[in-house]
Amino acid sequence: MASRSSSFKAAVITFPGSNCDRDMAVALEAVSGQPAIRVWHGDADLPGNLDLLTLPGGFSYGDYLRSGAMAAKSPILRAVVAAAERGVPVLGVCNGFQVLTESGLLPGALMRNTGQAYICRTVDLEVANTSSPFTRGFAVGEHIRVPIAHHDGNYFADQSTLDQLEDEDRIAFRYLDNPNGSLRNIAGVLSADRRVLGMMPHPERAMGPAAHASMGGADGRRLIENAIESLVAA
Amino acid sequence: MKVRILVRLKPGVLDPQGRAVHHSLGSLGFAGVEDVRIGRMIEMDVADGTSDEVLNKMCEQLLANMVIEDFAIEKLDGQKEPA
Repeated sequence: MASRSSSFKAAVITFPGSNCDRDMAVALEAVSGQPAIRVWHGDADLPGNLDLLTLPGGFSYGDYLRSGAMAAKSPILRAVVAAAERGVPVLGVCNGFQVLTESGLLPGALMRNTGQAYICRTVDLEVANTSSPFTRGFAVGEHIRVPIAHHDGNYFADQSTLDQLEDEDRIAFRYLDNPNGSLRNIAGVLSADRRVLGMMPHPERAMGPAAHASMGGADGRRLIENAIESLVAA
Repeated sequence: MKVRILVRLKPGVLDPQGRAVHHSLGSLGFAGVEDVRIGRMIEMDVADGTSDEVLNKMCEQLLANMVIEDFAIEKLDGQKEPA
């Protein structure tokens, strides 16, 4: 269990069409004991001294044009990119991952699932990296269960980019039973400095006690505890 | 000036929608369809004299995702820019 910190400062950005922003805020608050700061997409600036910035799931701007494309060009994203370049940790989940790829903070793109269907179920993931603030409490090769809920989760990047991600140990999670056609079973990727994580599975939906599998399990809570513990200590 | 932008998946990028439509055409009895690729067409009214450079930037920065897509710009006054 993470120690409650009196100083942890996290923000959740809400776009028109975000629908996991409250869940993310509740998850952060449950672990840190601190209220998460809510930021609106039209804001030009972020709060100062953030320990963690999160981009939640949903359908930002109705996913017009491409999933995450409009949000990636919104005013607040310029501030997010600038913050990430200063080293502020960023977690993008589902639509948030799509926004991170569309903004160029993470490589690749998230395309329509190969099976054409929207998929909403809990999946098994293999932890592939433990060198980031988000993944350091896991073991490499460990299997965890986290829910997915997406139509456009099929990770694509060209072969040289995929090779580079593997060479640089930047794949955070892989699907054990690939649900959406993602190349090399990629479910989550890290930036080169490991401070930005984008992932399709929803850790904020797996915040229950471990025994309550129907509530998504507890593996998402572990990810958020990892992040808060390591970022508070930093 | 009317401009038509065609945004298409790059060759080699799997197109699940195209594949599903291909399958449906076959099940409707249309034989001989070798492949189906689905893209997006965007029509814009832009100021006369808008440069090719500006149109290219619009495509690269927003209208197409250059990781997975190519674009072609067609000016509807008859000029056509090579893709």
